[in-house]
Amino acid sequence: MTQDTRPPDTVPQKQWPIRGGLMLPPHKEISRNQSILNASLPATVTLPVQQHVGAPAQPVVQTGDKVLTGQLIASAQGNISGSVHASISGTISHVGAAPVPHASGLDGLCITIQSDGKDVRCAESTPVDDYPSLDPVALRSLIADAGIVGLGGAVFPTAVKIEAGRSAGIETLLINGAECEPYITCDAALMRERADEIISGAQILLHALEVERCIIALERDVPKSLEAIERAISASADGRLELVTVPTIYPAGGEKQLIQALTGREVPSGGLPHDVGFVCQNVATAAAVARRVHTGEPLISRIVTCTGSGVAEPRNLEVRLGTPIAELVAQCGGYTTDVARLIIGGPMMGFAVPSDELPVTKVVNCVLAATRAEIGVEKTTMPCIRCGDCARVCPANLLPQQLYWHIRAGDFENTRKFDLFDCIECGCCDYVCPSHIPLVEHYRYAKGQIRSLDEMARNAEVAKQRSEHKSARTLKDDEAYDSQLEEKKQAVRDAASGGGGKDIIEAAIRRAKHNK
Amino acid sequence: MRFETSPAPQLAPPITVALTMRRVLYALIPATLVYTWYFGWGLLINMTLAAGIALACEAAMLRLRKKPQKPFLLDFSAVVTAVLFAFTLPPLTPWWITAIGISFAIVFAKHLYGGLGYNPFNPAMAGYVVLLISFPVEMTTWIAPNVPELDLPRLGLLETLAVVASGQLPAGLTWDAVTMATPLDDVKVQLAQMQTMAEIQSQAIYGDFGGKGWEWVSNWIGLGGLWLLYKGVIRWHIPLSMLASLFIVSLFIYLLDPGSHASPVFHLFTGATVLGAFFIATDPVSAATSVKGRLIYGAGIGILTFVIRNWSDYPDGVAFAVLLMNMAVPAIDYFTKPRVFGHSNRSA
Repeated sequence: MTQDTRPPDTVPQKQWPIRGGLMLPPHKEISRNQSILNASLPATVTLPVQQHVGAPAQPVVQTGDKVLTGQLIASAQGNISGSVHASISGTISHVGAAPVPHASGLDGLCITIQSDGKDVRCAESTPVDDYPSLDPVALRSLIADAGIVGLGGAVFPTAVKIEAGRSAGIETLLINGAECEPYITCDAALMRERADEIISGAQILLHALEVERCIIALERDVPKSLEAIERAISASADGRLELVTVPTIYPAGGEKQLIQALTGREVPSGGLPHDVGFVCQNVATAAAVARRVHTGEPLISRIVTCTGSGVAEPRNLEVRLGTPIAELVAQCGGYTTDVARLIIGGPMMGFAVPSDELPVTKVVNCVLAATRAEIGVEKTTMPCIRCGDCARVCPANLLPQQLYWHIRAGDFENTRKFDLFDCIECGCCDYVCPSHIPLVEHYRYAKGQIRSLDEMARNAEVAKQRSEHKSARTLKDDEAYDSQLEEKKQAVRDAASGGGGKDIIEAAIRRAKHNK
Repeated sequence: MRFETSPAPQLAPPITVALTMRRVLYALIPATLVYTWYFGWGLLINMTLAAGIALACEAAMLRLRKKPQKPFLLDFSAVVTAVLFAFTLPPLTPWWITAIGISFAIVFAKHLYGGLGYNPFNPAMAGYVVLLISFPVEMTTWIAPNVPELDLPRLGLLETLAVVASGQLPAGLTWDAVTMATPLDDVKVQLAQMQTMAEIQSQAIYGDFGGKGWEWVSNWIGLGGLWLLYKGVIRWHIPLSMLASLFIVSLFIYLLDPGSHASPVFHLFTGATVLGAFFIATDPVSAATSVKGRLIYGAGIGILTFVIRNWSDYPDGVAFAVLLMNMAVPAIDYFTKPRVFGHSNRSA
């Protein structure tokens, strides 16, 4: 499984062990061997306006509008956001709330397009023939306008990441091809079949970042992908590109873990890779950038692994965004009779969804239809026996069982002291726990509770300040009133003692009579 | 199509508490057979008796505490406690003593603290120490090993059962005829009588590195422990630090005065050292959890074992050492929090 298949002319590079981690059963062979299938064009697509980290995009089309493939239908809002493009040509049939694939299970604003079956391409965005002549700033806005976001599962807007890396003065672009979650093979398939696109994308990203060094990192257990990338690098004759392999350990493909493996350095707590000189991009993101530059096509499709013992013929498909998951499964021979769970993403960090009518979005790298035997449904949670295996496998070097005790006790302050927010939710602790305690679920719950407690504390602080300001204002008003009154009284007293009091008294009597 | 949902991660777990506990039991099978070969049927009888009472106490306590019976009775934790406890008993211990000890272990040391996972003290050791203090004579009456050099009368299965049931030897046998001091005890007594180690170890009950019979039981317990290490049921930190610290401290004292102190090798291969290192101190519930904490915890047990063996009235000190270090666990855990990824060094 982990034989060293490093091509002979790869630059040998010193590596560091990552902290913790696990050798998981890979389950990759079941979807890996077939070539990428171009999924058939869907009759309807449902495109959520939020398929990325950040602010939702704003729809720029209305029900009844005709749109072409690749046409902008929702534009990015604010600093961190991502545009959405029509993935087929046809008519907008609905703009409104619809179920979206998200762990929360809540609905989101979606744009639905009925296909006209023609897939007519929009001429709005044109290919760039000579990108090196393009200003890096223009190139970055081109990437932003294409709606490109991190396709490894984080869906952070790529252009924003580049911009942040630029201002942090990073020196190295890290192209992440380490696909460490079990079952998922979409990146491996992409590297095997479209290595040139990835390498070209890496070169474009180097130009956009204005840096001169790119490391492409792969796991050792994907020999064919390695070969293909190696060939593409030699063909490019680009000295800035280096290929390195990392051990097949979960979660070696996590940004922080990958950087640790390659440099021995740790991304500081609460920080980002650019704090240690790196910008990470997934191989599929690089390929999407290359596609935008060379063909003009914005991000309207992605490669999805449709796998698990719950589907008849697992494989990788190139899918238009917005395609219902059910159509993918249908093109993989349908479900087997014992399918029990539908999971978006891998078995470790993915989330189970209640329906296969949900659309494929930019985040969906894998659709895992799992059987009961695969996911181990029949679990009985026992008390923690303090075996410490959770701490042994934790890549963040946390004490998962201590966190668990404090969460159970409702002691959120202590979970903060035990650095709950450094947990990357990789699921290693949960997987090895002999007592089958749903640890990650506890951590997510506690993080949510702490965030809402913090929010409440902030709101209380604001309310307190408001109230204090108001009492201060009232006090000021009262004082002003009192001093005015005092002035008037003083005037009356002065007048009385000054002998001119009679006039004032008579004037008052006249006023009183007049009022009657 | 509709699906049920469940939280991540969604991968069949590789291990259960019951499997972990069963592996501990498997690891003790060879040692049990060797023990039975040298010391007769007593261990098997004690194990059966202790396991039966342990399960009964477990069931009763679960019922009182309104906990589900099935998962906890089938987790084998009570059986592991009973089997380890049986290893600490002299083979001819009367049944009521066994019953008192194991009941104390399950009811007081385990369930009154909250049951599986919550007990601060190792239940088997708590049960053993209660007996050692309450029944000092019975708990130090060990039968002699079945070796050619010692041609003593052996008891069959039925005879052993009769002794355990009545507390009386069969007619015609005296306790002196079937029992003898354990090597640790003997060394202690003879050193006090100004014998040298060389003289003591030339006697018939001493083998190559420990006591005859005992040393082989220890070796097989050690092999079982290595298998547990290989299977990942236990980790190396506690056994290694316990054995290493015992070795180093006893070596230091031995080098100061070899004539009147047992050698470090003797300390490692006699008494409960090996059982303690691999099966008792490694009980995760009552041990420290961080790597550094486990090294400290193990080292503490090793040092305390030596101190108790050398300077107290008790021949062996593993059980007391484990219980004393159990008490220190919360403090050890508190002061050995590891540095979290992406954080600079910090104080505890």
